[in-house]
Amino acid sequence: MSTYWKANQRRLAPWLFLAPGLLMFAVYVIIPIFQSMWISFYDWDGLGEATWVGTANYAEMSSDPNMVTSFKNNIIWLALYLLAVPAGLFIAIFLNQTVTGIRLYKSLFFFPFVISQVVVGLIFSWFYAPGFGLFYKVIEFFTGTGVAILADPDLVTYGIIAAGLWPQIAYVMILYLTGLNNVSPDQVEAARLDGAKGWRMLWYVILPQLRPATFIAVVVTVIGALRSFDLVSIMTAGGPFGSSRVLSYYMYETALSEYGYRMGYGAAIAVVLFAIMMVFISGFIWKMWRDETER
Amino acid sequence: MVHKLTGAFALGAALMLSTAAFAQQRVLTFTTDNNDPAPKAAWEQLVADFEAENPDIDVQMNIMDREGYKTAIRNFLTTDPPDVANWYPANRMKPFVDAGLFLDISDVYTENGLDKQLASTMPIVTQDGKQWMIPYTYYQWGIYYNKSVYEQVGATVPTTWDEFIANCEKFKAAGIDCLTTGSSQLWPTAGIFDYLNLRTNGYEFHKALTNGEIPWTDDRVRATFAEWAKVVPYTTANHAAIDWQDAVPLIVQGKAANYVMGNFAVAAFKEGGMTNDTLGFLPFPTINPDVPRAEEAPTDAVFIPAGAKNVPDAKKFMAFVARADVQTKLNEALGQLPVNSGSKVGDDPFLQAGFQLLSTTPGGIAQFFDRDAPAEMAKAGMEGFQQFMIQPDQLDAILTRLEQVRGQVYK
Repeated sequence: MSTYWKANQRRLAPWLFLAPGLLMFAVYVIIPIFQSMWISFYDWDGLGEATWVGTANYAEMSSDPNMVTSFKNNIIWLALYLLAVPAGLFIAIFLNQTVTGIRLYKSLFFFPFVISQVVVGLIFSWFYAPGFGLFYKVIEFFTGTGVAILADPDLVTYGIIAAGLWPQIAYVMILYLTGLNNVSPDQVEAARLDGAKGWRMLWYVILPQLRPATFIAVVVTVIGALRSFDLVSIMTAGGPFGSSRVLSYYMYETALSEYGYRMGYGAAIAVVLFAIMMVFISGFIWKMWRDETER
Repeated sequence: MVHKLTGAFALGAALMLSTAAFAQQRVLTFTTDNNDPAPKAAWEQLVADFEAENPDIDVQMNIMDREGYKTAIRNFLTTDPPDVANWYPANRMKPFVDAGLFLDISDVYTENGLDKQLASTMPIVTQDGKQWMIPYTYYQWGIYYNKSVYEQVGATVPTTWDEFIANCEKFKAAGIDCLTTGSSQLWPTAGIFDYLNLRTNGYEFHKALTNGEIPWTDDRVRATFAEWAKVVPYTTANHAAIDWQDAVPLIVQGKAANYVMGNFAVAAFKEGGMTNDTLGFLPFPTINPDVPRAEEAPTDAVFIPAGAKNVPDAKKFMAFVARADVQTKLNEALGQLPVNSGSKVGDDPFLQAGFQLLSTTPGGIAQFFDRDAPAEMAKAGMEGFQQFMIQPDQLDAILTRLEQVRGQVYK
């Protein structure tokens, strides 16, 4: 035993250190993924007997209008959420200067990311609230009639995304601010001597050096958009009449909410969401792997 | 909790020292969602009374958040069931009874003669020929209105739907919403639909519709929606952005006239400053005079989970909750109506009006759309109702969608 240990110590040690983490990851992430896939082939109310229905849950999805709405909203989320990247970059560049009290301004801009998503949702619900909300009052002042964003089936998703962008922009901003700290002053100096300034400086000198920050910003924003759940749940609970549903919320609704007793269908939605996420995640992992091996 | 326990131990130890004959208490766990101040106090009083009558039983009440309870019940019933819990009868208890998570308490009914005392609610607690729950309270639905605004525009209290709509014109001219509601939690829309449907087509139709026996595209369903369409233009515009409590101030401040709600809302109106002089209650107006008047009165009940550890004491508790005098006291504190026919109704004018209304109903008493229909149908239905209130022109699409759901839900 001890000779085996001595001979292989270097090979075994990393695995021993990894073991607790791997075990947790397997129990709480990997195994549940396969369990969800398994459940998605059943018709099960979460209480009684489950009956095997094969791919019926997936077949039902194709004709489910709620699924179409959720999917469409997820795409809108994905597209608009990515605005956080340029917006965050812009604010980061704006704040990347040395004036008195800049630390305070930076922390104020970072503030929305610090508070909980639930609080963000509540603040924006009041902001949009008919009758007394600031946004409602402003629109009423200019146009004569207020717009209750969260009661309007066509606008509601955009209203929630705006609430989500607020903290997300702050997050991206902080990523870029740390990135800007590492921008080499020599290269900026050299570019300046060559006569670069303004957009050309940003595009050809600064941005290439910010690539790692941009990569992380895009990754967290894409994943943030796909797993958007808390804001939808807090602000509208998917309403009015399900117009602001996203896949993650629809999954919760069908499987776990007050009227949701369809574990199988909910699991099937989770699997679809997982598949969509995997497309992005594998893309990101592939890019990281390529970058590392190239060096 | 910890403090309570150490306290109990200390007390126990002290008693042991003084009297060696002190009998050991049996524990009865009771999980409930009555977390609002008034119902919480009412239940704490009931538990105290029960313990006074049964000194050998220690009831441990575990109070959960009302909305969270609706999903948590599935977890605690399958993993760690209490000895007693509360839930809703009719279709809301069906999945649990089907899954064998409720204990058959038919013997509590026969031993205590409850089939007579609780006769009015026997059908909704009975499934597969057995009784599963003890109902302890119910409350009427109807229209709560602001008497001051009625005077202000010179409207008379309507008895027919046509009069109601005629009043709406007057309210509109005065810039007042004729009907208000907050539909962000969906269920208030079901109250409006149920009443329009009960008044247009009657109780038997309501029962058949929620049982899935009638297509949603049926002309009689369309007739209900046609009545609804008359009041949609006079309904608070942004109802989908607010929940039911947010619409209460509109009535209190006289910005809206009528509110289709359950009697539990009276507490909220009075908290807002309304009194018996300014707040009025009227039964939902008649639409089709040939249809016997039916009402809506949801019932709340307690049950014993199948995995209960202390079944004999839990049954004692069931019998206690069913008793006439206990229900009288409990419902006085709750401000609702007792189910036991031997109980007395409180003096509150809204309770008296509700009792009068329900005890003379010729047509039948419905529970509520989301208790009479299966969960999935209820959810889709209420979304459809909300959509109709925002986009009345989409009626065909809504009914087609509901008909599709009906095809999937009732197999």
